[in-house]
Amino acid sequence: MTRLFPHPFLTLTLILVWCLLSQAFTLGTVVFGTILGIIIPFVTAAFWPDRPKISNPFKLLVYIVIVIYDIIVANVVVAAIILFKSNAARRPAWVPIPLELKSPEAITVLAGTITLTPGTVSVDLSEDGRSLLVHALDAPDPDGVRDDIKSRYESRLKEIFE
Amino acid sequence: MTEYLEIAAAISLFIGGFFTLVGSIGLLKVDTPMSRLHAPTKASTLGVGSLLLGSMLAAFARGEGSLHQVLILAFLFVTAPITANFIAKVHLHGRSSQKSPPPPPTGGRWATYDTPQDDARKPVEGN
Repeated sequence: MTRLFPHPFLTLTLILVWCLLSQAFTLGTVVFGTILGIIIPFVTAAFWPDRPKISNPFKLLVYIVIVIYDIIVANVVVAAIILFKSNAARRPAWVPIPLELKSPEAITVLAGTITLTPGTVSVDLSEDGRSLLVHALDAPDPDGVRDDIKSRYESRLKEIFE
Repeated sequence: MTEYLEIAAAISLFIGGFFTLVGSIGLLKVDTPMSRLHAPTKASTLGVGSLLLGSMLAAFARGEGSLHQVLILAFLFVTAPITANFIAKVHLHGRSSQKSPPPPPTGGRWATYDTPQDDARKPVEGN
């Protein structure tokens, strides 16, 4: 059973995506979506050795809402920086972040969140995967950026994934 | 009802256009390669997000609602950070930024620097 359905959640997602793509929720699309949902996780199983654990789906929803809110606020802030601040007055900075997260999925979500919230781009991971390098567009106080990311996103992801 | 939807769609399109324009201005105005990377990530979040919301509202106003835009947005949000990450890694690898990043606080090196010596590119002139 585990060999046939290595990732049940991915299977469900694929069925949903297929129904949305074909703009119909009929028996035909569900059956074909299920076929895809079985074949694709089976073929790509080698890339996903572990099954990611989401221990708290409700907190994941809260997290998504927070991230969308942050994207909107940060976009306005960054638009103001780009339009009204000269290059000399801007303080770009490297922000290395020591990570408490261990699971690769959680680190991927954190890195993606950092890139999507404007003003910060995640650049690189350390060799041992215990630090994340972030570049900030305008950070007079890089330590503040690091603490923000750790308290706002990392602590929540830790609750969701670990 | 339809008028309100159309007004909302127009406002969304305007906001999306504004942020996409700001993203393009940023790409031209900002000076260092690493900072320049920030501008296009703006355009692909709120800019494209608003444009797609406008497209969705307009479709509903015409009574042919569509959820394709949700998928476009989801795929874009999942893939955009990967592109940004790879461009950033190329900058690191080519040592093209004026200031090298500090070493990781937990020791070791950044993964991009973990390459054979002769594979590391020389700094590009004029950067």
